[in-house]
Amino acid sequence: MTTPTAHPAPQANSGPLDIAAIRGQFPILDIEINGKPLIYLDSAATSQKPQAVIDSLVEYYSSFNANVHRGVHTLSQQATDIYEDTRVKAQAFINARDAREIIYVRGTTEAINLVASSYGRANVGDGDDVIITAMEHHSNIVPWQILCDERGANLKVIPMNDDGDLLMDEFEKLLGPRTKFVSVVHQANSIGTVNPVKQIVEMAHAHGAVVLVDGAQSAPHIPVDVQDLDCDFYAFSGHKLYGPTGIGVLYGKYDLLNAMPPYQSGGEMIASVTFEKTIYADLPAKFEAGTPHIAGVAGLGAAIDWVQGVGIERIAEHEHRLVEYGLQRLNEIDGVKIIGNPKRRAGLISFIVDGVHPHDVGTVLDSQGIAIRAGHHCAQPVMAHFGIPATVRASFGVYNTTDEIDRLYEGVQQVFEVFG
Amino acid sequence: MRETEDLDELYRDVVLDHYRSPRNSEPLESPDAEGEAINPFCGDEVRVQLSLVDGLIDGVSITGVGCSISQASASLMGEAVKGKNLPETLAIVKAFRALMQGRSRSDDDAGGEIDLGELMALEGVKRYPVRIKCSLLGWNALEDALKVIAAV
Ligand SMILES: Cc1ncc(COP(=O)(O)O)c(C=O)c1O
Repeated sequence: MTTPTAHPAPQANSGPLDIAAIRGQFPILDIEINGKPLIYLDSAATSQKPQAVIDSLVEYYSSFNANVHRGVHTLSQQATDIYEDTRVKAQAFINARDAREIIYVRGTTEAINLVASSYGRANVGDGDDVIITAMEHHSNIVPWQILCDERGANLKVIPMNDDGDLLMDEFEKLLGPRTKFVSVVHQANSIGTVNPVKQIVEMAHAHGAVVLVDGAQSAPHIPVDVQDLDCDFYAFSGHKLYGPTGIGVLYGKYDLLNAMPPYQSGGEMIASVTFEKTIYADLPAKFEAGTPHIAGVAGLGAAIDWVQGVGIERIAEHEHRLVEYGLQRLNEIDGVKIIGNPKRRAGLISFIVDGVHPHDVGTVLDSQGIAIRAGHHCAQPVMAHFGIPATVRASFGVYNTTDEIDRLYEGVQQVFEVFG
Repeated sequence: MRETEDLDELYRDVVLDHYRSPRNSEPLESPDAEGEAINPFCGDEVRVQLSLVDGLIDGVSITGVGCSISQASASLMGEAVKGKNLPETLAIVKAFRALMQGRSRSDDDAGGEIDLGELMALEGVKRYPVRIKCSLLGWNALEDALKVIAAV
């Protein structure tokens, strides 16, 4: 055997999903929390992992472990094959033109840091503008703040309204000859808004600006085609896409990546080194210094296979039903307020409960086995916009059911009993 | 296994009462010491102001935003330290931290003789490890303020 077992598509890739069969592939969904079956409504933080992904890690370490691109021996070649095959899977998954446009990183955070410090330092100067949105995750704010501080550039923010939709007219006004970079979240992790990124890219390109799309939340929930979006960079994390932690992808257009200086340096990323001069390796190795997370890459490959087997469109449809049902049920409860009412929403619902802090809601729900996130979701400016310190966030994955949403509904009722 | 009884242990009536009607929530006009603590993970905050008369804590102000546990614990704390001198206050802080860490109080010399009174209503928090830091937030702010006093 020279390649790992292909993990068969979990079911026929058409028609409605058999959620019971899907749940059966996630061993963690069988555990109990506080004596109650686990109801996992925190997939926006990290998704659970199907058996195929768990197996791929064991299989990698059991049968294929070796360093990549280094050995003449067979095992190293097999590890390299897994590593490079996954790159092609990732390329296909987001429809990149070329596998060399796929750079492995630790996750979305590292991808954005890479672009801010490599592309940003080389291209953003004194008096230039970088534009982000009012609904960014901290990981798409802080790297740009640091860059702008260092370069004397201005960080500008596209505002949003109380529905949680961006004000596109205001965006148009922010754009100008000094706009060098626009970095926008595709799907906001705090309120679930799906932003019109294709239009944003078009508008930014009209002013010669380069655009990064933070796809941490969109990659697992909606079909993504980077050529159709025409974004210059796109970042996502494996762990939110049913894959392992510690591995993610930065997509960048070939010419941009090729012109960028390295981010980290060392082994793997060089063509030749003398003490006088180092010639960098070609893409993608130039951006992959050091021994990478090879097992994570194997797991990412298994995760992409798994998602493709189920079908991202069908996942999106199922989750859309969950969101609609969740909104309907939560709206039935007096004293629950849903935060944001965006034109397009995916994957999650953020809400607050009258007179009860989200932490306390979280503790009561946890006693029912219901895992939600309570907090500011690494998006404090969003909380500030709505004048609240935190929200309760129920976020969905392909394995969630409307029954679980009914349990959430009952759990919230119990919050009123405790705090009544 | 954590069931509803456990929730009642956490959210005792005294705790909910202090959450809904926090004590000493008016700012002091001329405090002798101030302290503040913020939990960066959830944004909860507590501010403590103290004024002293003859070495005793005479005025206390506790303000902040946050969950029931952080705010009730701070409110109960304010009541507990009022009228106490610095060593007594430090002993209460030590005893309360020991309670949250689940150490039996007889293990603790300084905390041994301290009667925590109403603060014992927060005992249930120790069974919720993720909430212990909520409960200690106000105490961090208090210690901040006490450092100012000790330095004077
Ligand atoms: C919208 C968004 N961007 C970026 C990130 C950061 O992803 P990671 O922690 O995997 O680097 C997250 C994760 O919470 C996110 O939701």
